[in-house]
Amino acid sequence: MPATERLLDVKAKPPFETVVRDHGPTVFRVCCAVVGAHDADDAWSETFLAALKAYPELPAEANVEAWLVTIAHHKAIDITRTRTRQPIPTDVVPEPSAPSDVRYFDDLAAAVDGLPPKQKHAVAYHYLAGLPYNEIADILGGTAAAARRAASDGIATLRRTYLGELVEVAAPPRNTGRSPQ
Amino acid sequence: MINGEIITSDLERITGIDPDRMTELHNRLTAAAQRDGVLEIAYRTVDSPVGPLLLAATDHGLIRVAYAVEDHDAVLQQLADKVSPRILQAPARLDTVARELDEYFAQARRVFDVPLDWRLAAGFRAAVLHHLPEIGYGQTASYAAVAALAGSPRAVRAVGTACAKNPLPVVVPCHRVVRSDGAMGGYLGGPAAKRLLLDLEAAA
Repeated sequence: MPATERLLDVKAKPPFETVVRDHGPTVFRVCCAVVGAHDADDAWSETFLAALKAYPELPAEANVEAWLVTIAHHKAIDITRTRTRQPIPTDVVPEPSAPSDVRYFDDLAAAVDGLPPKQKHAVAYHYLAGLPYNEIADILGGTAAAARRAASDGIATLRRTYLGELVEVAAPPRNTGRSPQ
Repeated sequence: MINGEIITSDLERITGIDPDRMTELHNRLTAAAQRDGVLEIAYRTVDSPVGPLLLAATDHGLIRVAYAVEDHDAVLQQLADKVSPRILQAPARLDTVARELDEYFAQARRVFDVPLDWRLAAGFRAAVLHHLPEIGYGQTASYAAVAALAGSPRAVRAVGTACAKNPLPVVVPCHRVVRSDGAMGGYLGGPAAKRLLLDLEAAA
């Protein structure tokens, strides 16, 4: 085995400070998109504290960003669950928005918040964290093709709800519930 | 997919974090890590007359002082490999030693009394380093004399190695070990740093 390959084999695990510096801002974007700006600080803090605790056991060759996004995904679900439980103390999952609920948002954050969870997660993990769809499928369950579809459906929904775009040209027609311009 | 690009660039814009808020989150993380007992190594750098010094401490005490010539990033990587990768920049744990170093460089302190973590020195090297504080402030001792102090009078060369690999320079005074012929000898922080420390102590 050539010496260079041997060197790559014994890849050192960097100090955790380097992980925070290199991935902190991206994980913050993901948290912000998934739980909203108000809870992003908590989601980020819980993610990095949990990551610090688990860090010694992480294999040195692991994809650190995918690992962090996976932790953030679970923390975000916990936070969302707590938040939705507070006003209505039941375990009933809220009804997904019906197509007729689609509104026009000036505010992208509100538009993202209105996405079905799977689309929101797929958009955040692919477009903000840059994860490939097979890694996203590992996080969300299902196939890479399903993750790709969820991300593209999410973007298509945002084109309607945020950009207010008419979608007949680019996507299959849907009843948007809005009057044509 | 032009509009998709508008959406993703707007998404990046609204989810960005400014450096001040990142610093706040970092502080929150170090506080939580300390509270939960998982901040295994805290570090900071301080400016000094011998250049920036890296200071690192475990719960047991100061584990590493490093000169810039040792390459601080490389030193942190060694700590990650040998002790623990749970390392964060967290100045609070180093406040006392930073203050004592300030006093030392201001000629207002002769002895350091912070707890030390000796984990990075083992065997004869550790034995040598443990004897170095016996060389008083402003004094020097030869490599041969230190070998005798450590109980192995013939291990002069090993004393040189122990000093060259001292994980706690300045605080554990390997700079006070000089050659028998009166020449200054080598120093892990470079000859200029050794000269400065010896002159500083001689002038106090």
